[in-house]
Amino acid sequence: MNNPYLPKPYHILEIFHESETEFTFKLERDYEINFGQFLQVSLPRIGEAPISVSDFGEGWLEMTIRAVGNLTKDIFKLTAGDKMFVRGPYGNGFDMSEYIGKHLVIAAGGTGLAPVRSMINHIYRDEGVVEKLDLLFGFKNPSSIIFNRDIEKWKEKFDTMLTLDEACGLDGVCEGLITNYVKDVRLSEFEKMAVIVIGPPVMMKYTAGEFVERGVPEEKIWVSFERNMSCALGKCGHCKIDETYVCLEGPVFNYSKAVKLID
Amino acid sequence: MGKSVSTTEFNEMLKTLAGEYRIFAPKRFVHHGKCTGTDLIRYGEVHSLDEIEYKAKSNFSLKEILHPINQTIFYFTETEFSEPATENKGIVIFARPCDINGVFRLDNIFLHNGDEEDYYYKKPRDKVRFVMMECTVGFENCFCVSMDTNKSDDYHMAVRFGGEEYLLDIRDQFFIDVLEGVGEDIEFTPDFIKRNRVEVRLPEIDRMPPAMYDHEMWDEYSTRCIACGRCTTTCITCSCFTTTDIANEDNPKQGERRRTWASCHIEGFTDMAGGHGFRKKNGEKMRFKTLHKIYDYNRRFGKGPMCVGCGRCDDACPVYISFSNCINKVTSYV
Ligand SMILES: Cc1cc2nc3c(=O)[nH]c(=O)nc-3n(C[C@H](O)[C@H](O)[C@H](O)COP(=O)(O)OP(=O)(O)OC[C@H]3O[C@@H](n4cnc5c(N)ncnc54)[C@H](O)[C@@H]3O)c2cc1C
Ligand code: SF4
Ligand code: SF4
Ligand code: FES
Repeated sequence: MNNPYLPKPYHILEIFHESETEFTFKLERDYEINFGQFLQVSLPRIGEAPISVSDFGEGWLEMTIRAVGNLTKDIFKLTAGDKMFVRGPYGNGFDMSEYIGKHLVIAAGGTGLAPVRSMINHIYRDEGVVEKLDLLFGFKNPSSIIFNRDIEKWKEKFDTMLTLDEACGLDGVCEGLITNYVKDVRLSEFEKMAVIVIGPPVMMKYTAGEFVERGVPEEKIWVSFERNMSCALGKCGHCKIDETYVCLEGPVFNYSKAVKLID
Repeated sequence: MGKSVSTTEFNEMLKTLAGEYRIFAPKRFVHHGKCTGTDLIRYGEVHSLDEIEYKAKSNFSLKEILHPINQTIFYFTETEFSEPATENKGIVIFARPCDINGVFRLDNIFLHNGDEEDYYYKKPRDKVRFVMMECTVGFENCFCVSMDTNKSDDYHMAVRFGGEEYLLDIRDQFFIDVLEGVGEDIEFTPDFIKRNRVEVRLPEIDRMPPAMYDHEMWDEYSTRCIACGRCTTTCITCSCFTTTDIANEDNPKQGERRRTWASCHIEGFTDMAGGHGFRKKNGEKMRFKTLHKIYDYNRRFGKGPMCVGCGRCDDACPVYISFSNCINKVTSYV
């Protein structure tokens, strides 16, 4: 009998420091994965936590972890060459077929950028996939910007807007909440558009709201939810909202469904 | 096939079974009840008839046999996870019809929700044989008839207690073999309760009106409910759990991962790092549980409500919140 709760050890290939509190762990990989899916990361003695895959390629994947609690702080003690216990991948992830050939806008706040990074990199490498990609990112302050090296690269190919809640003055960086800049995003004929909004709950609510305000139909917007999770297998009940299990049917939801989910 | 057996013959059968099976039934634990001088009735292993409490309703359901309150799922060292050894014996459970129906609800969550079966539930579940205890009178707070769970034919053997002899309806070859040549062959099929004192009406709707989610009816529960979770621990169909790691005191490099019952009625169930959580008000917790039991589950699995009307939640609530009453209120408001 298969035991889906059993984590497996994988070598850490490399660790990148994105910011003081966010590290990216590059791990070996021998399973299929989709953009926006997540793994259950184990740290024996501490527990498990759901962490999004922030990029992947042949035989490897990356996860970007923000130190906020017991597990996410202790995991920073691991070094390249150590093994990390994981199980998964879980969740639906983004259905790329919804975005192929479209004008795609991705609005991401803070660590919310992690789950969409692999998709942006995919589009970067294979530009023809979408008609055009516009990026709108919001961070708290200069030191909280993650994936600097990617953003510099993305800027060359995509229309990229970066906002900081509490500061400005950097090259191409605007001040204020990301929601204030939705009005500056160029829109296309709605039929040919897709918008992904991802970040903390409040940010997603108001940013998606701004896009709806501008006339973008709810069906053209996608969001990704974060909920307390224990099992990621549809059993523990922690992530349930109405008849929906975020670990199974999510974390990515079409906004037309997401607005109807009542916690 | 029907049989009538004596106490001695029944006990002999239990003895024979005990070789290959662990036998679980409701047992009375004197003076262990929730108030002074009261007893606790819960499931435990039995070896003879006099240990089985068939007259009263058990305060806790049989779910802990399949989904223990607290269970080690692995042992670990720094480099390895290993599974605990499992019990090879089969399992015989004496259960009322509501609880047998309840187990099929648990099956939906643990075995049919998502692509993976729950390894720890499936192992004991596959070994279960039900001995249905005929239940024709019911107890205070039961509303199984309204939930259509007063009957079951998913049993391996049914038994009528209370007479001189024990009347059996045997459906399973295994029990037929065990009872070969024992007792007297008779005609017997179990009866079921036809009416409870408590009746509920379920909402007949396709979609729960959004206004129901913040309806003022929930405010009362915000004031009364103390979020103790007793209604969910006693519930046969509540299945939620949390996993936690525990380090060995002597050797902190080793330890175990456990899973423990969790409850949407208890604070912290939805909390995420940083303390952000949902349903902070106890009325919202009550709303979430209620809609799950009578609406969400059915929308997901299309097999009727999750609640089986055992009424244990009402029996257990320290502030006398009545779930049947709550269901009727929802129905009257939608
Ligand atoms: C689908 C999904 C994807 C995620 N992706 C990332 C990511 O890419 N990078 C990242 O840094 N974080 C991500 N998170 C959040 C991350 O899971 C939490 O920060 C982590 O669980 C915190 O654990 P802790 O032990 O460090 O925190 P503590 O505050 O010490 O513990 C939090 C407690 O809540 C429980 N818990 C369960 N689910 C969550 C949750 N979702 N958030 C917070 N606590 C939770 C934990 O098991 C623990 O018991 C994601 C969460 C989800 C649901
Ligand atoms: S909700 Fe109450 S009545 Fe329904 S199955 Fe659970 S404990 Fe029994
Ligand atoms: S038993 Fe009663 S008080 Fe306790 S959580 Fe349930 S409804 Fe609230
Ligand atoms: S995380 Fe356990 S049910 Fe979704």
